[in-house]
Amino acid sequence: MLTKSEEIYLLKKLGRQPNLLEIDMIDAEWSEHCSYKSSRKYVRSLPSRGKRVIVGPGYDAGVLDIGDDDVITVHIESHNHPSAVEPYGGAATGVGGVIRDIISMGTRPVALLDALRFSSLDNVKETSKSKWLFRNVVKGIADYGNCIGIPTVGGDIEFDNSFKDYCLVDVAAIGLGKKDQIISNHAEDGDLIVLAGNPTGKDGIRGASFASKSLDDDENRSAVQIPDPFLEKLLIEATIEATKRNCINATKDLGGGGLSCCLSELSHLVEKGFEVELSAVHTKVPDITPNEIMISESQERMMYIINKSKMSIFAEIFTKYGITYSIIGKVRGQDNLKILYDGNPLASLSCNLMVNAPLAKWKSKRPNYLDKLKTKIRVEKIGNYNDILSRLLGNPNIGNKNWVYQQYDHEVGLRTVIKPGANASVIRVNDNKFVSIKLDGNSKHCYLDPYQGMLGCLSESCRNVVCTGAQPIGIIDHLQFGSPENPFIYWTFIKSIKAIIDFCKYNKIPVVGGKVSFYNETINSPIKPSPVIGTIGLIKGQDQITKNIPNVGNKLFILGQTREELGGSEYFELIDRPEYGRVPKVNLKTDKKNRSVVLDLIENGLIDFVHDCSKGGIGTALAELAISGDLGMNVDLKKIPNTCKRDDFLLFSETHSRFIIGSSNPDRIKRFIKNRKCSFSEIGHTDSSMTLNIHNSGKEVINMSIFELAHRYDTMNSTMDGI
Amino acid sequence: MRTGIVVFPGSNCDRDVHHVLNDVMGINAQYVWHTEESIDEYDALILPGGFSYGDRLRAGVIAAQSPIVETIKKKAHEGLPILGICNGFQILVEAGILPGALVKNVKLKFSCKWLKMEVLNVNTPFTNMFRLKDEITIPIAHGEGRFVISDDKIPELEQNNQIVFKYKDQNPNGSTEMIAAICNKEGNVMGLMPHPERASEPILSPNQTKSNAGLIFRSLKNFLSHIKN
Repeated sequence: MLTKSEEIYLLKKLGRQPNLLEIDMIDAEWSEHCSYKSSRKYVRSLPSRGKRVIVGPGYDAGVLDIGDDDVITVHIESHNHPSAVEPYGGAATGVGGVIRDIISMGTRPVALLDALRFSSLDNVKETSKSKWLFRNVVKGIADYGNCIGIPTVGGDIEFDNSFKDYCLVDVAAIGLGKKDQIISNHAEDGDLIVLAGNPTGKDGIRGASFASKSLDDDENRSAVQIPDPFLEKLLIEATIEATKRNCINATKDLGGGGLSCCLSELSHLVEKGFEVELSAVHTKVPDITPNEIMISESQERMMYIINKSKMSIFAEIFTKYGITYSIIGKVRGQDNLKILYDGNPLASLSCNLMVNAPLAKWKSKRPNYLDKLKTKIRVEKIGNYNDILSRLLGNPNIGNKNWVYQQYDHEVGLRTVIKPGANASVIRVNDNKFVSIKLDGNSKHCYLDPYQGMLGCLSESCRNVVCTGAQPIGIIDHLQFGSPENPFIYWTFIKSIKAIIDFCKYNKIPVVGGKVSFYNETINSPIKPSPVIGTIGLIKGQDQITKNIPNVGNKLFILGQTREELGGSEYFELIDRPEYGRVPKVNLKTDKKNRSVVLDLIENGLIDFVHDCSKGGIGTALAELAISGDLGMNVDLKKIPNTCKRDDFLLFSETHSRFIIGSSNPDRIKRFIKNRKCSFSEIGHTDSSMTLNIHNSGKEVINMSIFELAHRYDTMNSTMDGI
Repeated sequence: MRTGIVVFPGSNCDRDVHHVLNDVMGINAQYVWHTEESIDEYDALILPGGFSYGDRLRAGVIAAQSPIVETIKKKAHEGLPILGICNGFQILVEAGILPGALVKNVKLKFSCKWLKMEVLNVNTPFTNMFRLKDEITIPIAHGEGRFVISDDKIPELEQNNQIVFKYKDQNPNGSTEMIAAICNKEGNVMGLMPHPERASEPILSPNQTKSNAGLIFRSLKNFLSHIKN
């Protein structure tokens, strides 16, 4: 619903009383979801320029130049509210929406990634709801992505009790295309406006408005849309064929806010006026009202602007695929969006007015809870590190997630070189060019320190991409918070934005796409600040692709110093100290240098594997490596450069900018690194013992068989499979 | 020598098979849209994987009713080599060109992973370059891949040498007798659930190990070159 001040603004701008349809249209477009009224001012300040950026953040996907006329498109969206009430349909339609943004650019979608957030699985009281959401969100993504034949190649999954009775479902998609095939989005008077795909029905009415307020109960299922992946697949093929045959002047998908938002945004994009006859729209039911047609969010619909002379080609293609379409209007004049039904004018609005909602002004204030955090650490010494490591590996935030990834067809398309579950996923563009991508987030860190937490997400995501041998070339962000009307929450949002600006400016990595999602709250509480960062990297040749699988006989090294930074760590969560300690701080200079050292080592063929060190610290990183290589390891803690007072802090601190590296060329690597002035040390080796042996100058700290570690690492898979 | 890749609305491995045949195997392959009336110019046909008609009702059942499948049935009787992969296998079974049925995996979940299978019949156009008992590393990706057939039909399948591949070490979907692929009595039509096109380039294999699954396509090439000569 429009606020009082928005109503006054509208009245003033319009110079007359708007009718009910106009109010509905404005309400949808001015919802937080569509208008970004609480975030626009800040989001605009993100650095979005770069030599590879062809199209920056905007309505649809960002476009990056990756050389030789190849482009990749990338976009991220969430479907949190719908998924929290109807996880299967909500998650599935989330996939559909982001895919249509990729085809809107004239590119073929080639990969999907998801970042998912749920409440803890092991808290008995919450178990059933959390598992229900988890199981059905994964199935929704799988059924949709698998059917349309786009591989889900990776993602990020986090469990935290701030997501009680709720979930976050973020979907990112990557498209591939040629520079000269990108749809330029233009229109001329007389061009036809064509709506194709699903008939418009009464599903998803007011979805955008629903997603722009807090979730108070489960009675909102009618606001969730119904997925039809088969139709989506046909729309993909038909749109690509029509693009190749040059018959699309402009196109846009229908998402939040339905026809209303699509028409106003498209009209704004091509800087022309539209005249639309609603009785021409193909509908699911006869008794649907013009208002419902305008704001229905029925899925799998696309809008196209077609030159009259090309309409027969368009018709031929869409008939071939059996897709229903309607010519619903014409491009006419400037700026004005005119809606008719049976020739009678129903609404007439300026698209400029529609797409420029008055900015919402919210107060921001540093949250009180930050003052109460105890940075001083009072933690009892716990003796048995084997037990702690076992429990950390069994934690679903750290452990193996094959239960999820095996439900996704992650290989269709023949591009998936590094498959889900590794540092980052790698997809093949051609035999000499590869793209690496990873989504990362850490709501525990972001809650305790929104600025450093956000820097950490950026650092981790870039680090993961670098581990595969890729240079980061762009970032996408998805900023998810509770209500912006709460000054404490708004403060955390502003801090997060500041961190992205600082990181991206320092590293000269542009932000090429993003989304803001507010009002992620239930009657329990708001979620923790939960930004998700996606980094896109480019790998220049097949020989540069690096994996995180060690071999027997590798010498082990660590790059980067370990500090006592356990605030928001999985270890402190485990020992029930969630609000103690310092969150890991990112030193931008060291962070950047360490990444470039790793890339130089890879380029010179000096390393066999490299692995990121983050959640769960060195302890879990070493265990993961031993499990993936199916081999033993011998590591001396004494040799790890650190400032930690205790072995458990050293093992489980989550300090950023660290890499574990394996090499069969220890002497060359040491010579190479000598002048780089970085913290680097040989810490042990791999062997055929099938035991992870971590000691402190001979005194045993951890001694576990790889079989046992792998069994623990598999906990979530067996829990979910067992029911 | 031309191989046709039959494309239905919702097929999604058609482009993958096209790439592997043309660019990796050197087999001239072309798309055949499901409405085409004549398929006389093809020396072999492949029905690729995917979700024809969105797997509505049951995987493969709608595509099996299309006119082109009637033509494919005739070609099958005439001895044309026909390979159905995943959804293609489901269509061949639903059309009655191959026996048995493919139903939901025992765990009721889609499953995408690499596994091993074993060669039991080397006398088909798709397996003539293997040796008996060869082990093949290959991925599966299906939700309805559990091959079932009544118990009394098993001896017949065995007798006619119609079981071409069996899963090895683990049964990923609950298939009868661990069956991964079968052929018709004559051996010219084969259906398999795993995806050989995904295991035909070393870069796509886990750890970039060399998979020998590409021999399925090389066998076809070998077979076709012998007929022509």
